[in-house]
Amino acid sequence: MTTFEAILLTIVTASTPLLIAAMGELVTERSGVLNLGVEGMMAMGAACSFAAAVTFDSTLLGVAAGIVAGALMAALFALLVLGFAANQTGSGLALTILGLGLSGLIGAPFVGARRDPIAPVDIPGLSDIPVVGRLLFEQDLFVYASIALTVLVALYLGRTRSGLMLRSIGENHTSANALGLPVLSTRFRAILFGGACAGLAGAYLALVYTRFWSPGMTAGRGWIALALVVFAAWRPGWVLVGAYIFGAATVLQLHAQAAQFGVPSQLLSAVPYLATILALLLLSLRHGRAIGTPGSLGVPFVPDR
Amino acid sequence: MNADVSSSGPPLVELKGISKRYGDLLANDGIGLSIEPGEIHALLGENGAGKSTLVKILYGVIEPSAGEIRWEGRPVSIGSPVEARALGLGMVFQHFSLFDELTVAENIAVALSGDWSLSTVRAKLGEISRTYGLALDADRAVWTLSAGERQRIEIVRCLLQKPRLLILDEPTSVLTPQEAEHLFGTLERLSAEGCSILYISHKLEEVRRLCRRATILRAGRVVATIDPRASSAREIAALMVGNEVGEVRTDAPQRIQGEMLRVANLSLPPAGLHGQALRNIDLVARAGEVVGIAGVAGNGQSELFAALSGERLADRADAIVIAGKPSGTLGIDARRRLGAAFVPEERLGHAAAPTHRLSENTLISHAASEVSRSGFILLNAAKRVARSIVQGFDVRTPEGDPQARKLSGGNLQKFVIGREIIRRPKLLIVDQPTWGVDAGAARLIRQALVDLARDGSAVVVVSQDLDELFEVADRMAVIHQGSLSPLRPIGEWTREAVGLEMLGVAQAPGATHAV
Repeated sequence: MTTFEAILLTIVTASTPLLIAAMGELVTERSGVLNLGVEGMMAMGAACSFAAAVTFDSTLLGVAAGIVAGALMAALFALLVLGFAANQTGSGLALTILGLGLSGLIGAPFVGARRDPIAPVDIPGLSDIPVVGRLLFEQDLFVYASIALTVLVALYLGRTRSGLMLRSIGENHTSANALGLPVLSTRFRAILFGGACAGLAGAYLALVYTRFWSPGMTAGRGWIALALVVFAAWRPGWVLVGAYIFGAATVLQLHAQAAQFGVPSQLLSAVPYLATILALLLLSLRHGRAIGTPGSLGVPFVPDR
Repeated sequence: MNADVSSSGPPLVELKGISKRYGDLLANDGIGLSIEPGEIHALLGENGAGKSTLVKILYGVIEPSAGEIRWEGRPVSIGSPVEARALGLGMVFQHFSLFDELTVAENIAVALSGDWSLSTVRAKLGEISRTYGLALDADRAVWTLSAGERQRIEIVRCLLQKPRLLILDEPTSVLTPQEAEHLFGTLERLSAEGCSILYISHKLEEVRRLCRRATILRAGRVVATIDPRASSAREIAALMVGNEVGEVRTDAPQRIQGEMLRVANLSLPPAGLHGQALRNIDLVARAGEVVGIAGVAGNGQSELFAALSGERLADRADAIVIAGKPSGTLGIDARRRLGAAFVPEERLGHAAAPTHRLSENTLISHAASEVSRSGFILLNAAKRVARSIVQGFDVRTPEGDPQARKLSGGNLQKFVIGREIIRRPKLLIVDQPTWGVDAGAARLIRQALVDLARDGSAVVVVSQDLDELFEVADRMAVIHQGSLSPLRPIGEWTREAVGLEMLGVAQAPGATHAV
């Protein structure tokens, strides 16, 4: 394997958790709910998945635990913002703080434990193609799942009745309610989906990316995922592009730091953020109109009965 | 005094003793109403009489506190709009229940129950459009459409469900006279096909044109069910309002003096994505007269108001001249110091701060005058000013100095207009002065505007309500897609001419049956 191939592989690994978490948040926000707790749900997903994987020595159970943990955190958030129509910004921030703290508690006994890498899916023949072979056809299952997730979310939102209802509810919940669309239950499912995705992204971090647990290991990736959704103008395809630009910039700046260009490392560390903002800004400028913010985003819905 | 409606079986729908309570407010109080098959039944009443509450109950959006609904004689409970649609009810909302970012076809599809595909929706849309003359482009996004087109989406959406009863809530409030006439044609055709229609309005002429029975609500109760063709407009108005509403008196002697406002070739690009550009606006308002600006909502009225008030600045100082001084690039306060005053359309949040007390709200436009000195608020002076506005303009308040949000719409509107008039401005510019205000308050406001002009100020009234403009204006122009028609004396305008200007087809000779 050449260095070039290795770099490309790490880019994919760095991008995948962002893509998964952002895709979940995209669906939540398209339904009109802003969940700022992605970072907290990811941390819980990472801690619970690692704990379950080590305890039962099963990656599969670990992944399941991560998804469930993320969804449970999201259910708590849903109780606050849907059940009590609480402020979404405040509830989301609280969820992040709670998640970071609670994950430290759950993960504490597992600090120092390690997991073996999971075997990549190897498609014989195809993965022997030079350069792109291993990149495209010898990734772990998560990578393929994240791409499939993007396609499915795009199809769901754009091509199904249920997706159209979800978008309508996010666009204008008052009208949607007047038409008899189920505002609260749709949002509940969207929030749960967002939480499950954040949990899965956390599980990927703990089980594939680092293969150990340490407190605060999500390192702001939840916030990046949130920003990606906004900069990608709530479009699944653009989120994919944004996640990979960010992943690429993260990996490349690490290599640049190692090569010692004489540029301050702090500046290089900022490159991924600048590159992502710039790329998505250009994308949305070119597209002219339609920044695409869901009309009811962040507004609590109180049915008038 | 029911009209002769032929009925063999039970009525299609019958409401008995419907009540709805919100805290201390009884929005509906024991309402009874019945609608026969194929009938166009009017529900008449002032703003706040309880019409919208009643139809929301009928459509399952809100639950009644008490009462019974019978559908073809058997009692039903309508728990949600989905159940209402399943029974055969369709509703066209006053504030449309549309999704701006979605296309016409998507907007229709999302409300249909059962299985569908966008292509079948398109096909059905084409079929309904042809049958009823409701032209619509399936793939346009809703935000690009006019109010009339948006309403067509709502109507098509209902018709696709083959409704037995179609409810329309104030359907003509956003339409030009020609579009309204077109709508009446569609409704009469539906009625002839056996579909009942509940037509909610506060416009008497429309009701007399369309309906043979009208139920009149006042303060949440049914005050009468009448044949609107057999009663005079005055009688019906008296039933709606409870006492006779006097007319605005414009007979005070009028002395036209110098120009207080001159707008010359004012153009502005649109402010936002959905904004309207202003194109070469010319306008003159003289001391002593009321100048009316008519037009369908969204044709540049709010942009024009923002430019006149200084919320948006023009690129040339001489584009707007206030009291002889070029002011196009001056801010709001500088324009106020020249003697101008402004009342924007949105009273809560724009004209008044909702959680501030009335006395504090005087500061919004009185900052340059007696209520503050060297940056400090003179609280007693502010309270005095608020009190004199409350007394002078009959503002009914729940307590001495309440928060602005605690006032009803009509009372707050009297307050924000009174706040400007009490400063005796040389020029007053008002956007939609009586929108959503009850008849009594509307009359008081209109009279105050006319009196201010007769006392020697220039008054510019931007309004969608043609009746209002014909009542108060001395000269009038029509705004259409950011261009203003020539200003003409009110006596030279007819409703038809205004309607054609609203559609932008006035210059085309012979274009009398547009739409």
